[in-house]
Amino acid sequence: MLGALGQAIRLLIAGDREVYFIAWTSLRISLVSVVIASALSLPLGFLIGLKRFPGKKSLIAFLNTLMALPTVVVGLLVYSFISRAGPLGSLGLLFSPAAIHIGQIILCFPLITSLVYSALSRLDRRLPETLITLGARPAEVFRMTIWEGRIAILSALLSGFGRVVGEVGVAMMLGGNIRWYTRTLTTAIALETSKGEFELGLALGIILMAIAFLVNFTLHGVIKHER
Amino acid sequence: MKKVLLFALALCLIAVLLPAQSERLRLATTTSTENSGLLAVLLPPFEAGTGIKADVIAVGTGQALRLGEAGDVDVVLVHARQLEDKFVADGYGVNRRDVMHNDFIIIGPASDPAGVRGMRDSAAALKRIADRGGIFVSRGDNSGTHVKERSLWKAAGLEPAGRWYREAGQGMGPVITMTNDLQGYTMADRGTYLSMKDKVQLPILVEGDPRLFNPYGIIAVNPDRFPHAAYFEAMQLIAWMTSVEGQRIIGDYKVDGEVLFFPDAVTD
Repeated sequence: MLGALGQAIRLLIAGDREVYFIAWTSLRISLVSVVIASALSLPLGFLIGLKRFPGKKSLIAFLNTLMALPTVVVGLLVYSFISRAGPLGSLGLLFSPAAIHIGQIILCFPLITSLVYSALSRLDRRLPETLITLGARPAEVFRMTIWEGRIAILSALLSGFGRVVGEVGVAMMLGGNIRWYTRTLTTAIALETSKGEFELGLALGIILMAIAFLVNFTLHGVIKHER
Repeated sequence: MKKVLLFALALCLIAVLLPAQSERLRLATTTSTENSGLLAVLLPPFEAGTGIKADVIAVGTGQALRLGEAGDVDVVLVHARQLEDKFVADGYGVNRRDVMHNDFIIIGPASDPAGVRGMRDSAAALKRIADRGGIFVSRGDNSGTHVKERSLWKAAGLEPAGRWYREAGQGMGPVITMTNDLQGYTMADRGTYLSMKDKVQLPILVEGDPRLFNPYGIIAVNPDRFPHAAYFEAMQLIAWMTSVEGQRIIGDYKVDGEVLFFPDAVTD
């Protein structure tokens, strides 16, 4: 373990171009996936959290069920659609970063939506009602409600980020672990483990944790600062 | 604030949708060629010379051929001659060429409880391991190595089953590691074994049987069947791998002073 920690530090200090590239690929792909997923999750979470509509309970149950989806199943499902033999095969998406995005969005969308919904449902109900009475337009109500729950929503987004940055099923199956292209920290760890390079795999794992920590720390800092 | 967010979102969408469809060639190959480090020395000169970026997807031979059958890759480099011939006969692949070979070996614990050390007949050695209750770890993943192993059991006239026969369903590297932990026997390709032998205590016990010959072939995916396939680029890669220069790189590639693959396409 100490050896792995030492190797992680050595890899970072030595400025190994490939390790940096892999780390950057992991970070970039996961962040973009979370941003896109949240563009869908925030409105839906808002809707579920603050409105009443038929089928709401079933929708929540459905979202919670989706949270238990194994990453490999998501990978398989997307694979069967975007393989050349599948219905979307002509797009040629398999084994590309875009393919990983699709899988990761499906992975983190239910999680973020559920967390956003529970964050917003804990807000004071009178806030949106007051805003509407004051004549605020729906877009403004949405914006101000989200702002009010921003810390819990940030936690939701970070949970989504954690779910996708640390998963290996989707990245391996849809990205293909292609060097200098779709190799992420998790698929690199799987590869090194398969080669018996356990210490290097552990070192990459430590780098992954460091990145996750930095992202969490930075975003929390930003929100606290804006208060 | 909102505008900034929208802008960021738009940028992300563009980044995702922009297809990175430059000259990319998808090569599905076995873990043995990738994990041994051979492709890391063989592909860069090809990429520099042609401007084609070769994307390597390293899986077992069975899966590599299935990727070819679905049209998800442009060229395959694999090692299971019968499956390769079927792949071509069924119209999925064209222009198969021999590239190189190495051989399979049977490795096991230094104490060798089944007593197979030094045997030449690999099928008889497997039978002895089965008879004497040694643990045998099988790839169990329909890879080229697994196909070869099954053909040897068939030659030995027995159907391996029972607690002593462990089907791992994993790549060569994990199977060697597992065999080491169990102190059992397994059959491995020499390339992967040499690249890992410092990490395990598993000496070579059986080698040199002609049946353990392990040839690698490269096949372009049939452009008639899959019009989107990067056929021209695939043929350039085949040309490179079978060229005098490419074959020289293969023959010169060593790990710890040992040659891993012997070139077959160009003979002196």
